[in-house]
Amino acid sequence: MTAPLHFQSIAELSEHLAARRISSVELTQAVIARTKAVESRVHAFNSFDEPDALAQAAASDSRRAGGQSCGALDGIPIGLKDVIAVSGQPLTASSKMLANFVSPYNATVTESLQGAGAVLHGRLNCDEFAMGSSTENSAFGPAHNPWDLTRTPGGSSGGSAAALAAGAAIATLGSDTGGSIRQPAALCGLVGLKPTYGLISRFGLIAYASSLDQIGPFARTVEDAAIVLGAIAGHDPRDSTSFKTEIPDYRAELKRRRGPWKLGIPEEYFGAGLDPEVGAAVEKAIAFYKAQGCEIREVSLPHTHYCLDAYYVIATAEASSNLARYDGIRYGHRSREAKDVLDVYQKSRAEGFGDEVKRRIILGTYVLSSGYYDAYYLRAQKVRTLIRQDFLNAYREVDALITPTSPLPAFKLGEKSADPLAMYLCDIYTIGVNLAGLPALSLPCGFTAGGLPIGLQLIGQPFREADLLATAHAYEQAHDWHTKFASL
Amino acid sequence: MAAPSDLNIDRIAELSRLALTAEEKVRFSAQLGSVLGHIEQLSKVDVTGIEPTAHAFPLHNIWAADIARPGLAVADALRNAPAQRENMIVVPKVME
Repeated sequence: MTAPLHFQSIAELSEHLAARRISSVELTQAVIARTKAVESRVHAFNSFDEPDALAQAAASDSRRAGGQSCGALDGIPIGLKDVIAVSGQPLTASSKMLANFVSPYNATVTESLQGAGAVLHGRLNCDEFAMGSSTENSAFGPAHNPWDLTRTPGGSSGGSAAALAAGAAIATLGSDTGGSIRQPAALCGLVGLKPTYGLISRFGLIAYASSLDQIGPFARTVEDAAIVLGAIAGHDPRDSTSFKTEIPDYRAELKRRRGPWKLGIPEEYFGAGLDPEVGAAVEKAIAFYKAQGCEIREVSLPHTHYCLDAYYVIATAEASSNLARYDGIRYGHRSREAKDVLDVYQKSRAEGFGDEVKRRIILGTYVLSSGYYDAYYLRAQKVRTLIRQDFLNAYREVDALITPTSPLPAFKLGEKSADPLAMYLCDIYTIGVNLAGLPALSLPCGFTAGGLPIGLQLIGQPFREADLLATAHAYEQAHDWHTKFASL
Repeated sequence: MAAPSDLNIDRIAELSRLALTAEEKVRFSAQLGSVLGHIEQLSKVDVTGIEPTAHAFPLHNIWAADIARPGLAVADALRNAPAQRENMIVVPKVME
């Protein structure tokens, strides 16, 4: 049975568009109709602009009619996390601070997608300023997991995952600072890719922790993720941390790179705290690779235990600095109660920021403050060196690492929101990758007995996304998890 | 390494430019106390002779040609300003 349009892949839909079986306007109308049908239950969107999306779709159809189609993404509706700037559209970071902000310019990834002909559809819900693991820190209310509406879709890019899993987009972009693409992808049964630090321009991405943030795609299949990655990867002079590196044809490479690979199993990722059903599904995936002729080796990443601590020092330190710009002066919320300039700063920030953002600003300010800098921030940066070295040592023996993405399947909304530390532990398997700047993806590898998706994490070598995607593609081709959709 | 109890919430709130309520001060102190308790583990790592990492792939001296390029139009730059007048952002008086 063919899936409805809103649940099809980019690869399938681009063929329909090329063969004129459907138009982009028809596809976009179908996705918007689906969005309207599910949004009151899923709350994946902060906003969407139907006339704008339909105008983009009509432009795509005109291009195609004139023989000027831009390729596989032309006419495909793609949603963006509400931390990525689209000129003339709202940009809120799910914060009251930016509730009325309208982007004066485009992010580089926005321009890349527009250049590829994509139909940009919607501003997707997330944790406020991308800080969180459940989307419950959104000032506009949490997103819900389409597989079980009482549960979180994960975070911080929870809206990006929920929209795609609900059929309200064909692909989406998120951002990943400590797992914010991979964890929601795992919890919603999707492919989610965090590229190597520096592969994707961060220009026009609202900054949380600049040395860790990276934009990446959510997709239904590995092939779709490769298509979107190909459109957004590449050097950008407007981001001074953007790397000059050759961008292969990721989609074509899926067929060329066939392994077998040497895969490492880091023992530290399979210990206490791992849900038994998640662990069993990941073990099965490892057995699959072994059966395909891959060499499976146990490896050790001895500083894994310190990843969470190094992350919460470095990320909050960078956040406290990045969020200093929200002072109520040039843009963003300004308190009506303020009497003098200092008052404007303090009250605007107190009124504009939610609890988690305040907590992280306080923690970051503390670890950078005089007398504590060496003990916390400098030490965390040195531990970061050791964490990165662990991965590079492992890559002397293996091509990639296999781990669970999240220790748990989707948890209940409200279950962890009162306990920041319990929430932080959700990112235990994803954070090391950001500290080391590596590429990693999550892909579906099964369901719990209760019907919740489980994600497998593959961690690759710097700038070798093509190998990482091919390794994931080999698994996906032999399984059908990606053909199952949430019933809403 | 400093003990978690060292977190002087009044001082940090002032440095952060955050006007916290009395209730927030108590709640955030308790929550951050447990997070800092966890972070204390970093003191167990031997970092002797280890260089700090600020970026996973450090790039140095990224130069751009010193050429004027068009920026935001005034109307675009002021579009999100909380208060504006005559192409300027209005702020409370800084000096008497």
